[in-house]
Amino acid sequence: MNQENNSRRDFLLTGIAAATFAVGCNSKKDAFEAGAEAGAVASGRKVKLLSVDGEVIEVDEAFLKPVPHLPPVSNTEARIGIPGKKFVMVIDLSRCKNLKHCQSACNHAHELNPGENWIKVDPMQNADHTAPYWEPTTCMHCDEPPCVKVCPVDATFKREDGIVLIDSDRCIGCRFCMAACPYSARVFNWGEPDLPAEVAAQPYSAETSIPQKKGTVGKCDFCADMTREGMLPHCVSACPNGVFAFGDINEDSVTNGAETFRFSDLIRDKAGYRLMEDLGTKPSVYYLPPVSRNFPFESGLENDKTQNS
Amino acid sequence: MENLIRNEKIISDLLPQKFGKAGKIWVGVLTAICLVGLYAYYRQLRYGLIVTSMRDYVSWGIYISNFVFFVAISLVGSLITAVFRLAGVKWGSPLTRIAEIIAVAAIIFASLIIIVDMGSPERFYNLFIYGRIQSPIIWDVIVITTYFFISILLLYYPLLPDIQILLRFKESTGKRLYRFYSFIGSFWKGTAEQFELSEKAINILCIAIIPVAFTIHTVTSWLFATTYRPGWDSTNFGAYFIAGAFLVGAGAVVVAMYIFRRAYHLEKYITENHFEKMGRILVLLSLLYLYFNMNEFLTPFFKMKESEAAYLNGLFSGNFAPLFWFAILTGMIVPTLILLFKKGRKPLPVFIAGVMVVVGAWFKRYLIVTPTLLHPFLPMHDVPASYRHYFPSWEEWAITLGSLAGAMLIITVLARIFPIIPIQETITEQHETAE
Repeated sequence: MNQENNSRRDFLLTGIAAATFAVGCNSKKDAFEAGAEAGAVASGRKVKLLSVDGEVIEVDEAFLKPVPHLPPVSNTEARIGIPGKKFVMVIDLSRCKNLKHCQSACNHAHELNPGENWIKVDPMQNADHTAPYWEPTTCMHCDEPPCVKVCPVDATFKREDGIVLIDSDRCIGCRFCMAACPYSARVFNWGEPDLPAEVAAQPYSAETSIPQKKGTVGKCDFCADMTREGMLPHCVSACPNGVFAFGDINEDSVTNGAETFRFSDLIRDKAGYRLMEDLGTKPSVYYLPPVSRNFPFESGLENDKTQNS
Repeated sequence: MENLIRNEKIISDLLPQKFGKAGKIWVGVLTAICLVGLYAYYRQLRYGLIVTSMRDYVSWGIYISNFVFFVAISLVGSLITAVFRLAGVKWGSPLTRIAEIIAVAAIIFASLIIIVDMGSPERFYNLFIYGRIQSPIIWDVIVITTYFFISILLLYYPLLPDIQILLRFKESTGKRLYRFYSFIGSFWKGTAEQFELSEKAINILCIAIIPVAFTIHTVTSWLFATTYRPGWDSTNFGAYFIAGAFLVGAGAVVVAMYIFRRAYHLEKYITENHFEKMGRILVLLSLLYLYFNMNEFLTPFFKMKESEAAYLNGLFSGNFAPLFWFAILTGMIVPTLILLFKKGRKPLPVFIAGVMVVVGAWFKRYLIVTPTLLHPFLPMHDVPASYRHYFPSWEEWAITLGSLAGAMLIITVLARIFPIIPIQETITEQHETAE
């Protein structure tokens, strides 16, 4: 193991040395200048950047080149997922006050029409004398997904990295998956979605779930496009209270952006659980019980009234 | 039949007749209803399923209940034709063609209505390109297609000797119909070999259709029973659906028997005895269905599990209670009470009981589909208010009524083209009785 690491390190060092050499041969000052457009003139405005080896360097603004977005992944790649990853989400019920920033960020990012909520926040009360709490629900990205089992055309599928996605170019709109999902996570495009023309004209991508199409099913996609770029799903970064934590169970770490937790510790210490465990669906979304709450339940009622009247 | 009727008389009695004034009005009304349904479907294709009242919770509505209804009714073809034939029940032979025609019409509209329910029907071919054999929908596609073809053949083979008879009446049939008869049946010469071959083929079909018929309705019940939902998560569902299907199918046959008997004056062929016997069968079947209903509702009612309590209360005493008790009373209990009495098994009361069975059965299918969907595991909260209840839109009613009218139109047209009672078989049986 050590041996292997060393050789890898050597290889990297050699590579960097070679690159430095190549840059050194060039008459220009640094690597950024080498990559700049011919004829770019230093503007004098410097931008601070973090280099690959962790040093802060200053680079002239004129030498920065916009990096094009990664090309959209093909349908085949989108169906396979990101190798070696297994995504999980942890929803901390003690932090939720029904602000619904998660919902609006999600709806905005996926160009969803009003009423089509992929994230729902429900007031829950398990029994007459138990305390009510707010429970956000997303797609559970089950490891035994009932929706995938029943789909007649393989339009909804389970990826290697645990994410369950929908191919809206293939979905026939039979809605069997909606009947099968015990979490009511799925949303149907009953009519033609009201989308800006340029969005509607895009080719559909299963990772962005955009654009939604008439007569097909949609649902939370764990923001598979964001995770591919190493970013957090929109709901996670939108929540000011850090309700959602997202991460890779193989790395045993989840983060809500501000705090990072060891997943196994978090679930153990706070007695994490999953919804409807008895059904055997094996969700990828874990919940932390609403104990030692940050907010009283009542603080969420006002927001509930305005949105669900 | 007590007195021997001459061959020629039988033929002239049973030849398909041109529509009279009532027949023309009937066809006109059915066509009009179908056209309204077609217009509603055009709107649905154009604007999407948004024209229906279905939303994310009630994602299956009266289209699916109507589909289950059609599949149920189509089962009668196998009951009357195959079961009677294999059991050697002779008195049932005048009813076989009626049963087969109903089966064919119903299975056609079952297939159509499932396409109507699809959000993206233009992608229907995906079922064949990307079909996953693990999905119960694919099982349904396979068995319904199989059942459709077996039913068509089971209608067609016994028709061949009758078509030979029909071809003799060139002048009265009209040119186009004559050409149609020649196309489908001119190869039939009525030789002993042909009869033997056809007899064999019909026997094979009768044996084959019974498991397929059981499968179509069992698989249809599995579309529901393979989910977790309260009211659907039941091991009783296959048998419960089959029992219900036999009942509604037999109900449809007695209704059709009565109407054809009146419209074509077939009193000598469809006798009071037929009604008497079908009445007894109806009692048996409705008691059987009642038994499965008890199984389906009594044990969950006894336990009142939290996840099922709201659903069950909704049926027994809540929003759906009037419909639920109507379906139980009209669909099973009252017909049983009528038919238990000898006087109740005369043609008119049997007809009335049959109508009740069929109407009750349609609403029963609605109750199987919708109330469950209104009781999801997680609360129906963070959605628009219109998502939390369901009443079909006019487009849904128009399409559903259009499909029912369409099925009746197919039955009417088939009865116009083909003898509604097998002519050759009736003649043969006359001779057997005479000897």
